[in-house]
Amino acid sequence: MSQALCDLPAHLLMHRLRRGEITAVEILEATLARIEAVEGHPPSSEPYTPSPEDRQKVHAYLTLTAERARAQAESVDRALAAGEDPGPLAGVPLAVKDLFCVRGTPSTAGSRILERFIAPYSATPVARLEAAGAITVGKTNLDEFAFGSSNEATAYFPSPGNPWDPKRVPGGSSGGSAAAVAAGEATISLGTDTAGSIRQPAAFCGVVGLKPTYGRVSRYGLIAFASSLDCPGPIARDVRDAALMLKVIAGADHHDATAAEAPVQDYLAGLEQGVKGLRIGLSPDYYRLKYPEQGSGELREQPIGKEIEAAALRAADALADAGAEIVEDVPLPNTHYGIPAYFVISRVEAASNLHRYDGVKYGYRYEGTVADLFELYRKTRGRGFGPQVKLRILMGMYVSAEQYEKGYYEKALRVRTVIRRDFEAAFDPGGPYRLDCLLTPTTPTTAFELGAVYGDSVLMQYADLLTVPANHAGIPGLSIPAGLDSNDLPIGVQFLGPDFSEGLLLRVGRAYELATEGEAWRSVRPRVLEGV
Amino acid sequence: MSKTEGRGTGALSREVFDHLVELAALALEVEEAAYLLREMNGQLEAIRELEAIEVDEGVPITSHGVPYREAIRPPLREDEIQACDEAEDILEQAPELEDRYVVVPDIPHTELE
Repeated sequence: MSQALCDLPAHLLMHRLRRGEITAVEILEATLARIEAVEGHPPSSEPYTPSPEDRQKVHAYLTLTAERARAQAESVDRALAAGEDPGPLAGVPLAVKDLFCVRGTPSTAGSRILERFIAPYSATPVARLEAAGAITVGKTNLDEFAFGSSNEATAYFPSPGNPWDPKRVPGGSSGGSAAAVAAGEATISLGTDTAGSIRQPAAFCGVVGLKPTYGRVSRYGLIAFASSLDCPGPIARDVRDAALMLKVIAGADHHDATAAEAPVQDYLAGLEQGVKGLRIGLSPDYYRLKYPEQGSGELREQPIGKEIEAAALRAADALADAGAEIVEDVPLPNTHYGIPAYFVISRVEAASNLHRYDGVKYGYRYEGTVADLFELYRKTRGRGFGPQVKLRILMGMYVSAEQYEKGYYEKALRVRTVIRRDFEAAFDPGGPYRLDCLLTPTTPTTAFELGAVYGDSVLMQYADLLTVPANHAGIPGLSIPAGLDSNDLPIGVQFLGPDFSEGLLLRVGRAYELATEGEAWRSVRPRVLEGV
Repeated sequence: MSKTEGRGTGALSREVFDHLVELAALALEVEEAAYLLREMNGQLEAIRELEAIEVDEGVPITSHGVPYREAIRPPLREDEIQACDEAEDILEQAPELEDRYVVVPDIPHTELE
């Protein structure tokens, strides 16, 4: 049963599809059957009482678009029957994070304030995936406006559970996306990464997540969080699928002035070239971490979990055996300022982006009587936004207000420069380290229990400690599964490289997959699939 | 939401908080306001870490990580009119519509000095 169509990677599905062994409709039906088996009842914005049954299911989706998907799958099958090329992702079931507009579908951003919003157009990366033949199965749950690292900050409950242990979080904010791919409820997913929102849930759910270089993938049609940090990117079962997906979504877009004109590489062409001669760096600054102690909230230097450290070092050994040169003790001294700087920059940008939601033009409007327009704004925003959104708006206004701000915003933007310089020095071809990429753990911990952190907004933010520096610097990062901890929870490691080095990161990730192909942990399946 | 209840009251006064809430146009429940004020003070403590880092005045700011060199910077678009095919779909999103106008409650008038 482990070879059900919905458990196969996209490149194998397409291989079989093109040989006429299976149809796109069969792939879709297998995926819908899996959703039926593991998903549980659909989330809603009504008051929610947690139930034990809910914690055995995944709850990845906010909206299923089965009819739309069937029409797409039939059209792929028709194209194949007519001898036409149905595209590089033909028939591959796709889950879209509900932060992207998809024409004719509810596009909620996980917020009540967009509960009634039906997108009148599709985001560029979604349109490109659909044009390549991908089949949109549905829209996945997320932290409201992507503000969170556990998916518990959604307005729609039950929030997603981790397929490896549904009593634990899938990570966030692309939690539903990573959970759907891990549980066979979609083959690929489109997520976004502002501080780690692709890589952290990918690590927690044992799948591959790629945050591309800022500007590599268009943000047109993405509901904005922090515009200078947001990066759409792939979540997939393996590195080859992530490469396939990136090749389709990357590239210039006249709808987005920040989408870079840099040529798109053929990410598949160099995938199997191996790591011989590559210089891969390890930095002590990703192992000695300063983060708040749970309970007291005091910032303390704490070592990263031993099992996570061991997994990253094992990955370095495997790559060394495959021919890479491992460079130790690479200094990245400003890593731990990533979170404080992010607290400032992301809040200022979020507050600015959220002013547009007012109950007038679209989305939720307060239903009761109001005295005037201003009261309508206050009541609509008061009821439409959840607590984590309000917190970001207020914080963003505080740290950017001239009378209060104490220079924090400007300081944060300068700190961003020194974080970028750390990476530039490590990758500098004329410098002492001359790295092709860095290898680090993706997260300080494996998936934590639902309710264990949510509410403590400071501790929750530190879940992004190891991922946020890449967002400040704009550089790409690829998280891949690298083993299981003693609770059978996935551990992720990430590769970070210079601007537009996605091809190289994918190649290193693929080399790691090959080097660890026969390891026992690779045959362990998520708990939610037991008996399915 | 009570995980952080015991933490210090911090630097942000209730008065400043209320002013921000007014500017942000947010109607808040009492309990929610207490949570938000407490968390803001917690975040401010984390932000104060920034004071510890010595950044030379000459260090420029970074507004986004990747430098947009000439070669990868998209050219400015021509300033030309393009038809919008989705006008009706967009209008339909408005919670209240009358003859293609969006309906809102009274707009309070303020006399300019």
